[in-house]
Amino acid sequence: MSDPILSVRNLTIDIPMSQNTMHAVRGISFDLKRGETLCIVGESGSGKSLTSLAIMGLLSKKLQRAATRLDFAGIDLMSQKLRQMRDLRGNRMAMIFQEPMTSLNPAYTIGDQLAEAYLLHRKATRVQARMRAIELLGKVGITAAENRLSQYPHQLSGGLRQRVMIAMALMCEPELIIADEPTTALDVTIQAQILRLLADLQREMNMAMILVTHDLGVVARVADKVAVMYAGEVVEQGTAKEIFGHPRHPYTRGLLRCIPVPGRSKPGEHLGSIPGMVPSLVGRVKGCAFRARCDVAEEACTAAIPERRMESGHAWRCIHQAAERLSP
Amino acid sequence: MGTVSPAAEEIRAPSPAALLRRRIFGHYGLVFGITVLFIIILIALFAPLLAGHDPYSQDLLARMKPPFWMNGSDPDHILGTDHLGRDYLARLLYGARISLAIGFIAALISGLIGTAMGVAAGYFGGRVDLVVTFLINVRLAMPVVLVALAVVAILGGSLHVVVTVLGLLLWDRFAVVMRSSVLQVRDLEYVNAAKAIGCSTRRIILSEIMPNIVNNLIVVATLEMAHAILLEAALSFLGLGVQPPTPSWGLMISEGKQMMLFEPWLIAIPGIALFILVLAINLLGDGLRDVTAPENRG
Amino acid sequence: MTRTTTRPLLELAAITKTYQVKQGLFAKAKPLNALGGVSLCLHKKDVLGLVGESGCGKSTLAKILLGLEAPTAGKVLVDGKEIDPRERRHLARRLQPIFQDPYSSLNPRKSIEDIIALPLVVHDIGDSASRSQAVARMLDLVGLPARVRRGYPNQLSGGQRQRVAIARALIMKPEIVVCDEPTSALDVSVQAQILNLLGDLREELGLTYFFISHNLAVVEHLATRVAVMYLGQIVEEAAAAALFANPRHPYTKALLESVLTPDPCLSVPDTHLGASYPNPISPPSGCRFHPRCAQVRDICKTTPPPRIGNEGGHVDCHLYSGAAAH
Repeated sequence: MSDPILSVRNLTIDIPMSQNTMHAVRGISFDLKRGETLCIVGESGSGKSLTSLAIMGLLSKKLQRAATRLDFAGIDLMSQKLRQMRDLRGNRMAMIFQEPMTSLNPAYTIGDQLAEAYLLHRKATRVQARMRAIELLGKVGITAAENRLSQYPHQLSGGLRQRVMIAMALMCEPELIIADEPTTALDVTIQAQILRLLADLQREMNMAMILVTHDLGVVARVADKVAVMYAGEVVEQGTAKEIFGHPRHPYTRGLLRCIPVPGRSKPGEHLGSIPGMVPSLVGRVKGCAFRARCDVAEEACTAAIPERRMESGHAWRCIHQAAERLSP
Repeated sequence: MGTVSPAAEEIRAPSPAALLRRRIFGHYGLVFGITVLFIIILIALFAPLLAGHDPYSQDLLARMKPPFWMNGSDPDHILGTDHLGRDYLARLLYGARISLAIGFIAALISGLIGTAMGVAAGYFGGRVDLVVTFLINVRLAMPVVLVALAVVAILGGSLHVVVTVLGLLLWDRFAVVMRSSVLQVRDLEYVNAAKAIGCSTRRIILSEIMPNIVNNLIVVATLEMAHAILLEAALSFLGLGVQPPTPSWGLMISEGKQMMLFEPWLIAIPGIALFILVLAINLLGDGLRDVTAPENRG
Repeated sequence: MTRTTTRPLLELAAITKTYQVKQGLFAKAKPLNALGGVSLCLHKKDVLGLVGESGCGKSTLAKILLGLEAPTAGKVLVDGKEIDPRERRHLARRLQPIFQDPYSSLNPRKSIEDIIALPLVVHDIGDSASRSQAVARMLDLVGLPARVRRGYPNQLSGGQRQRVAIARALIMKPEIVVCDEPTSALDVSVQAQILNLLGDLREELGLTYFFISHNLAVVEHLATRVAVMYLGQIVEEAAAAALFANPRHPYTKALLESVLTPDPCLSVPDTHLGASYPNPISPPSGCRFHPRCAQVRDICKTTPPPRIGNEGGHVDCHLYSGAAAH
């Protein structure tokens, strides 16, 4: 077993408010190895995007990050100064954002933006940076790469822009890539292409990848490991086969019943749904945060919920052992 | 809400009105601006009761009495008297009426013109927009003070003329801000929903669009009010605004300027009054913008 | 269903919409054909799912249906009678919209009661007491507690807001509801609730939906008929079950292949849609889909495809015409 490249233990993110504190992320832990893809899946407000920003050290100053461990390739990220983080970001760890429209600076050409990180981190010449940019644009499937370098973001379509974003993230051959909803703003046809591209490049470059998404279809197709987040907690994590084949947590089961699946869910029939809303995370959250919406909740759910873990690494936070009988 | 409870589905957020109230009282600049402006309005309303003297009655035997903190002051005239022996406090208090009236009415006239033009341009777009944008550019190419000076010089200075001229000159910012505000709101889906319901254009503008941009209107109105008050003072100072013996702060500064080096309080007192009024209005405007700005919404 | 004999409730006849687009300050305006002759029929209690990529013209079509924009050519007929696109008020009683973004579709300055009752006020239906009763009925119908009526949109969650939008759309008892991506801004669990609600309401009130979505799984779940749009044209139209079981047009096939079902044993499919979506200002010659088509032939590059009808549907593709077949 190789050592994980990213190791997170008890990561918490607090948002101070005027009178109280919002516990947006409440003690999440996971490991990620080289060449592995972890999908963090959850609904809005579950803390999945905050988690990815926290790993990159990109949280706004108002938010408080804490962790018993946050190691990246043997570097303790918690103790890194701003300058040291800058050396890592865009170099050894890179991020791809959701909106390719707003993540590219409209005032600079594609070539300038691609070269920026490379010039900064690799002390390369402009010519080298240009060659590298052309190479990577080719890799992400952009034809006539040389001509594209002098174009501005508004001259490209959404799918092309997202490819440029990916190329930009890969310029310095990062060891970890974090993609936050990279295909949500794209059409289904383009989504498939971009996901294929990401998966291929990741395999080729042996990167570790964290993919943050709300789309269970995307998760199933690209993930090695899945972490299901609800109300700031990872309620269940395991391999994609375990999560989709044998979901243990009632929330995971509920989510899987919610989505219409061509060929599986019957047209016109009621979809499963999760009644209620995500609870407020302001103040101290006691017990299982899902219990208000859970159909198997009982008195014991108000106490702290221990994590159950199987040998395979499949882990979940629910007191119900035999949740298996509630088939999805 | 300490713990997660099944009641989490209850309405959590306060209503917009409650939110606004909470934010207003948390904004010190705004509270200060409102308080000072309110006091000045009260002073203007009750000037006859507070003044104790007629601001127009001259007493040539009691000229240039200094205010209370200087030697030789007259307890009957707390802020002294001017070069014609008129009570300075009475003139200051009555002057608040002139300044406020000019500010309100000029902002009202320009607000009506500018809002109508801006909303029409933003909502209808196309040719209407082209015409309005052209008019705005024409207006911006005119130097306000010079045009005002010229018009007042031709028509003769009086309160009515000054207010009308300022009202007809200061609508540009209203038009620009209202136009862009409407453009932001015009294509939102609730406006489309109202159209699909069959609402008339009048109803869409008045009840769907205006309530959502009126905060910008109020902010511009306060800033233009301060602008108009300062312009009136400047015109009066140049002798082309309100004509003597009307007690206007600008005129008081103008009349005091000959004695500026020997009796600086003559211009300091109306100057400070003007400063406080304009500051209060600007704080109010700034505060309102902070409090109602969308990025401030919870 | 005797589709051929009954008159369709809603009929779009050869709708064309052309915009004049200026590229650059001094450039001459060029025509952009957002819709090139779209004809569709919608029968009572049908759910017509309209699918296509962004920029294909599906939202423009929705706007024309709602009377928010006038077509350059073509007619909208309700019950066989032509609707004057300027007659918004008349249309509003029969056809109402549900929009995509529940955060911008409700006026933030109005109470929920005022928002839902607005159609009644505008059309001068009932007095304030009966309107209030109607609002209460609607809230109950869409599954919202009565106390939200005094609240404001910012106090509700996305799903609750979308329920308010549905209540507003249904208070006039319209026959047709135009749903423009009604669930794509919602979370997965909320999407399921709204889809269930839309399904129930259709049963209960006998509604007809014109359902625009880019999510094929959602369309498959709700639609009875599906129309596939590409660059302003309907390239295939068929009963939902038939289209999902046996897609004919290569574009429909590619769309269906790119649906990611949550199956961890499968990897991301290759859709073979190499080139990106073409610029609608200069659409490709011949079949507009040919630069991206995996089964492209010579004839596709020069000649627009014929419309080939089959039982209750059609497909516009050379592959199925006798001339191009082997």
